[in-house]
Amino acid sequence: MTAHAATAHSSYADKLRTARIGLWLFFISDAFVFGGLLVSRFYLLGSTRPELDQFVGLIVTSVLLVSSFFMNRAEVQISQGNRKGFVVSTAITLILGVAFLVGVVGVEWQIAHFGPDDGPAGAVFYMMTGMHAFHVLTGVIFLALVLRNGLRGKYSTEKHWAVEAAANYWHFVDLVWIFFYPALYLIGTVA
Amino acid sequence: MKKIFSYDIVRGVIGQLIGTPIGFGLVAGIQALLGRPLNAEPAYVVGAVFGVLGFLIGLGAFSDWYHMVLGEEVHEPEEIQDPPGARRYWGLSFDHKVIGVQYGILSMVLLALGGTFALIFRTELAASGRQFLSFQLFNSLVGLHGMVLIASILMGIAAISNYVIPLLIGARDMAFPRLNALSFWVAVPASLVLVSSLALGGFETGWTGYAPLSIRGPMGIQLFFVGVWFVGWSSILGALNLIATIVRMRTPGMAMFNMPILAWSVLATSIMALTATQLIGLAFQMTLFERLLGMSFFDPAGGGNPILYQHLFWFYSHPAVYIFVLPGLGVISELLPVFVRKPLFGYRWIAMSSLGIALVGFLVWAHHMFAAGMEEYLRVPFMYSTLLVAVPTGVKFFSWTATMWQGKMRLQTPMYFLLGAISVFLVGGITGPMAGTVSTDLHITDSYYIVGHFHATMFGGYIFPVFAAIYYWFPKITGRRMSEKLGKWHFWLLYIGFMVTSFGQMRIGLLGMRRRIADYDAALGFDLPHMIITIAGYMVAVAVLLFFINLYHGARAGEPAKGNLWESRSPEWLAPSPMPVHNYDTPVVVVGEPYDYGLEGSKYVEVNQPVAPAAQAAD
Repeated sequence: MTAHAATAHSSYADKLRTARIGLWLFFISDAFVFGGLLVSRFYLLGSTRPELDQFVGLIVTSVLLVSSFFMNRAEVQISQGNRKGFVVSTAITLILGVAFLVGVVGVEWQIAHFGPDDGPAGAVFYMMTGMHAFHVLTGVIFLALVLRNGLRGKYSTEKHWAVEAAANYWHFVDLVWIFFYPALYLIGTVA
Repeated sequence: MKKIFSYDIVRGVIGQLIGTPIGFGLVAGIQALLGRPLNAEPAYVVGAVFGVLGFLIGLGAFSDWYHMVLGEEVHEPEEIQDPPGARRYWGLSFDHKVIGVQYGILSMVLLALGGTFALIFRTELAASGRQFLSFQLFNSLVGLHGMVLIASILMGIAAISNYVIPLLIGARDMAFPRLNALSFWVAVPASLVLVSSLALGGFETGWTGYAPLSIRGPMGIQLFFVGVWFVGWSSILGALNLIATIVRMRTPGMAMFNMPILAWSVLATSIMALTATQLIGLAFQMTLFERLLGMSFFDPAGGGNPILYQHLFWFYSHPAVYIFVLPGLGVISELLPVFVRKPLFGYRWIAMSSLGIALVGFLVWAHHMFAAGMEEYLRVPFMYSTLLVAVPTGVKFFSWTATMWQGKMRLQTPMYFLLGAISVFLVGGITGPMAGTVSTDLHITDSYYIVGHFHATMFGGYIFPVFAAIYYWFPKITGRRMSEKLGKWHFWLLYIGFMVTSFGQMRIGLLGMRRRIADYDAALGFDLPHMIITIAGYMVAVAVLLFFINLYHGARAGEPAKGNLWESRSPEWLAPSPMPVHNYDTPVVVVGEPYDYGLEGSKYVEVNQPVAPAAQAAD
């Protein structure tokens, strides 16, 4: 066997580095979607904002921020070999993610005084929260799969790329909300 | 019958044919359950999306990931054996060379289709008065000509990048072979959706899909949006893969500033495609939702702002033209030294100019909107940033000139196309500043001058270089050469036909011919120029037809290609043709500079050398 044939199946560490670059490139790309939505919000609404329930906004934001804490715990715990802690933390993150979705789609969308067809404020609010909720939903599905495979012991201290990817994705979606929350709930005056 | 189903593509099409009615029926069923009258538009949109997913599921593009998600072991992509012969091109393959050829085939099919659309409305324009097209169909054809050819160009640059880049940098494959296959295959059903917009009444807006017209027109625009959205994802994922490949997969010892120059162009292009494409996807999605749910983003009647649409749209669509031309310009820089037997002049400057174009390309989009009623204070800054593009582009021109200077030029077919590319791109380039300067643009905007200028940049920056690249690398793909004689006929017909078209369009544009109209006043005196442009347009079509004949003939009965056909220094020509399945037997060893043509005894790389015992022991 020649040297090259031996390197054909490059090492796990090597593939991991490549996969990380791929994931981060995806984040950069996806960030442009959210950037475009933020630009649209300020272009159309300027210094006004839609009339929203501040309490609900504060609660869902807190829920999402706390979920990122547990997500990080889960990743640290699997890398330290604490499989039980990892499963518990992932489950908590998952539940908090679902709670966020219920808060935005199930509560805020229902109690809002306007629909998506009520002028630019309605359009911007439902598009931004909808696009973000879609990402949270995909993150929740991702976490559910990680939890399933975690329960079956598919991840080890060394090999848990799926956990790392899910965690980074979760933090990314959380970070987006850190920009969206003030843009929708705090900046400007209610028109 | 069973044999047909063993072709992945057939199962894909069946998947699309099943997915579309499921999506349509789902929405129609929900509407029926809610007791509402049938609203076909959302049903068609969801049907189109389900159709694309159905195609990919039928094809089997997701099956590996499905197993990975379940935590099962899957085969390494390179352990999978492709079916022998030409059959492999009709199915799911993870080999970058097969995917590159697949991209190329799709690109050529779309090229023929988009070109045919142009011929149809060009014939309509050959004389004043209405000939045989309705206004509606004319508009749809103009719009589809644009968007189908944009898809064709994206597929074409992906074809070159996919096939050539891993070979140039000595990689065994792309960084993510499965993703690579998905990027290609998602474009196939997307193209079908895009063209099927004709069946739903077409659209009136041209390729730009400007709101508010796109919000009011027939629902063909929805399929246009869905099709472009998926083609955009093909481009984004392909770009992601190429960046990761260039950054991670270079052969050991190949520094960034020592890799073939085409890799730099592809890197710059991919950075733009990765990021900016999301904005056109977003703009199209917002318009799609505005039509479906009444969300007023862009329609002033509901409080929206149509200028916002243009900002979002051009934030992609201007960088898009650099996405289209940068790989072409890279091909010129890559091949020119081979055919003039001289080093490439200013390697680092060329590499940086590609990144420079990519950077400045993000800052110029609003020059498409000088006459659109946008914020007036934006005009002058965007004028300056637009004119700034001439600097990195000029770097490339001076480098090509200096490279050719006193070279020993070999006038083979690829070289013809390189010279054609440089001269046509020069025409496209120097007609640009007039359109980028606010005061002159206000007079020529929306005229045929813009059409002439734009097509010159596309032909010089993409069409001619891509033909050069195909003539150059065709023997690598097939092991056979294309006909030089037919190639030269192809070149001259294309060159003359194109020049007449482009200059004719610019001339009547300056005299007042508006673009995007199906009819014009005979008193303008444009009947003869339009007739000449139409005839020249058919010349271009004949040239491309000759090219297709040459491709077919070359693949079947071309003269066998032996060894280093073009006496190139780059690694792929030091390996056998057609390229073996896993590219190189041993890692490519970099021993010199890539473009030191004419330097006695110097080499860029050593390929397929027996491994030294020391290295083997170390392994």
